[in-house]
Amino acid sequence: MSTATAIEIAGLVKRFRREMLRRDYTTWKSLLLRPFKRRTDADYLTVLDGVDLSIEPGRTIAIIGQNGSGKSTLLKILAGIYKADQGTVTVKGRVSSLIELGAGFHPEFSGRENIYLNGTILGLSKKEIAARFDEIVAYSGLGDFIEAPVRTYSSGMYVRLGFAVAVNVDPDVLLVDEVLAVGDEAFAHKCETKLNQFKAAGKTIVLVSHDLISVKKFADEVVWLDGGKVAARGEAAQVIDIYRQGVARREDETGRAQAEARVAELAAARRWGQGEVEITGVRLLDEAGQAHAVFTSGGPMNLEMDYLMRQPVDDLVFGVALNNSAGVLCYGSNTAIDQAELGQAPPKGTVRFAVQRLDLVPGTYTVDVATHAGDGRAYDYLTQVASLSVRGGPRDEGIWRPPHTWSLTARGDKA
Amino acid sequence: MSITGHLAELARHRALLWALVGRELKGRYRGSLFGFLWTFLNPLMLLGVYALVFSVYFRIDMEHYAVFMFTGLLPWVFFSSSINEGAGAITEGGSLVTKVMFPLQVLPAVKVMANFVNYLLSLPILFAFFLADGVAFTWCIIAFVAVAAVHILFTYSLVLLLSAANVFLRDTKHVVGNLLTLWFFLTPILYPLTQIPEGFRFLVQFNPAAVITLAYHDLFFWGRWPAWGPLAGVAGLSLVLLVVAVVVFEHYKEYFAEKI
Repeated sequence: MSTATAIEIAGLVKRFRREMLRRDYTTWKSLLLRPFKRRTDADYLTVLDGVDLSIEPGRTIAIIGQNGSGKSTLLKILAGIYKADQGTVTVKGRVSSLIELGAGFHPEFSGRENIYLNGTILGLSKKEIAARFDEIVAYSGLGDFIEAPVRTYSSGMYVRLGFAVAVNVDPDVLLVDEVLAVGDEAFAHKCETKLNQFKAAGKTIVLVSHDLISVKKFADEVVWLDGGKVAARGEAAQVIDIYRQGVARREDETGRAQAEARVAELAAARRWGQGEVEITGVRLLDEAGQAHAVFTSGGPMNLEMDYLMRQPVDDLVFGVALNNSAGVLCYGSNTAIDQAELGQAPPKGTVRFAVQRLDLVPGTYTVDVATHAGDGRAYDYLTQVASLSVRGGPRDEGIWRPPHTWSLTARGDKA
Repeated sequence: MSITGHLAELARHRALLWALVGRELKGRYRGSLFGFLWTFLNPLMLLGVYALVFSVYFRIDMEHYAVFMFTGLLPWVFFSSSINEGAGAITEGGSLVTKVMFPLQVLPAVKVMANFVNYLLSLPILFAFFLADGVAFTWCIIAFVAVAAVHILFTYSLVLLLSAANVFLRDTKHVVGNLLTLWFFLTPILYPLTQIPEGFRFLVQFNPAAVITLAYHDLFFWGRWPAWGPLAGVAGLSLVLLVVAVVVFEHYKEYFAEKI
């Protein structure tokens, strides 16, 4: 191990027993009934699967990743709360973790008593706490409430007090788990200032967060943890970008899987009509004919529906509607309104609704499709048969984005 | 970790231990009307109940029976409360176990010491009873220090082992709770040793709780030196138990956080 690292992780593997995750504890009864039950690999869930990471002193590293990717487990191992199953973890210096704020607070005790209690738990001596007491109280901003029992505190006050004690431990390595997300704006600002002070003082900070904006602001480096492995590591903006793409790709995959599953359930609820012309499949495709669930705002999108004529009809109309997540109809049209010339429909076929520019603002939308008669009577009407996410584009608001430009003209008196 | 390492870590964190003992004792009655007075009211009421039952209903024919019974009952309350609360010390440790780096043996130790302090605080009541009933003390009372030390050692060893076992086998706490009731009646607390048929009396020396109770009887009530032999035996047994408990506890403690 090189001497220039504050944290050194090599080949770290962490497994949890599934029984424990299910809270299915061993009891004397189960022990008596099956004393020698063998555990197989299926009984374990591997949360961290070979993580290698070395962090130099004075760096601020952010760990990002989706829920269940092992971020918090990694942090707990660094804090010494969990034990590694394989591999080695070395942390140099005094560690303070902002994983749990206010550990050991007693609700009936005053803020003052709890500062001493919590400080002692975090490893401060009585003298050290006394020396920092005024600073802690000032920092928590609790004022006279410091003499009131902690049970009377709002959750924001509770967190503020816990944070005030924790940051006064004066650590070499600070572990932060999502604490920036709690508290009001003033508190968030204080946290920010404090983290910057730590950075300036040359402390090593490891932070776990879903808030990519604050990650970008604080971190020198970002590590993307995916499925218990380091998927990417490097400069913040770059890794965040890779991460975002990865997440979008995965969302797209699950969305497609769901769309396929949906088609099989077309007969289910949210459907009406006599069924003369049945819709047998719906697909959302890109221009290359690839199925997707995520589309780019302003880009193309194709919707295909397969139909099957159970009875011959001569006035067949195909319709499509897009609704946003609030249920607001964003766009709806059909072949009759659009006066589309499709010719005589064969008994079995596929209709394509091609959108050249999907000018919807980013969000999640659902799709309704229908076949009906010229007078509007439904043959087959399916609501929310597919859903799609619209991504990208500027951060504008509303429902749709009309193609637009801005310009400015001077309006002088003598013009 | 070695036995000495385990105990040294405990000693190093004594400030934490006492802070948590304070939390335990102060927190126990905080918010109640009588507050800390309950520390004295609880044993008094317990004494009242047993005194009523055993000197009025089931008559135990003995001079100064209430004082005698109280002498043995108070240390038993220390022991049984420590076991009852201590067995769940880790599983009920909450965020101290799962969210912060923490010397975990402090948690069972806190339960033992909090109950011991409680026991010490109730001794003045015992002394008041002795005075009121005209039973005199002798110098043998200084043996209390030795007897209490053995008692704490025995209790801590047992609590340490049970608190670790309860993490993996959640029934432990309930099994222990019931066994304690049996143990209570097998120990000569409510009755003098002479109530046990002579042929069975030797069995008492195999019951550590009985040896300790008899020692308290000796030094407080009978005003004589306790039987050092059996007491040394209990001390030896406690040391063996401590070794086992520390080995088990230290071996499994790294898995406590994820199993709670």
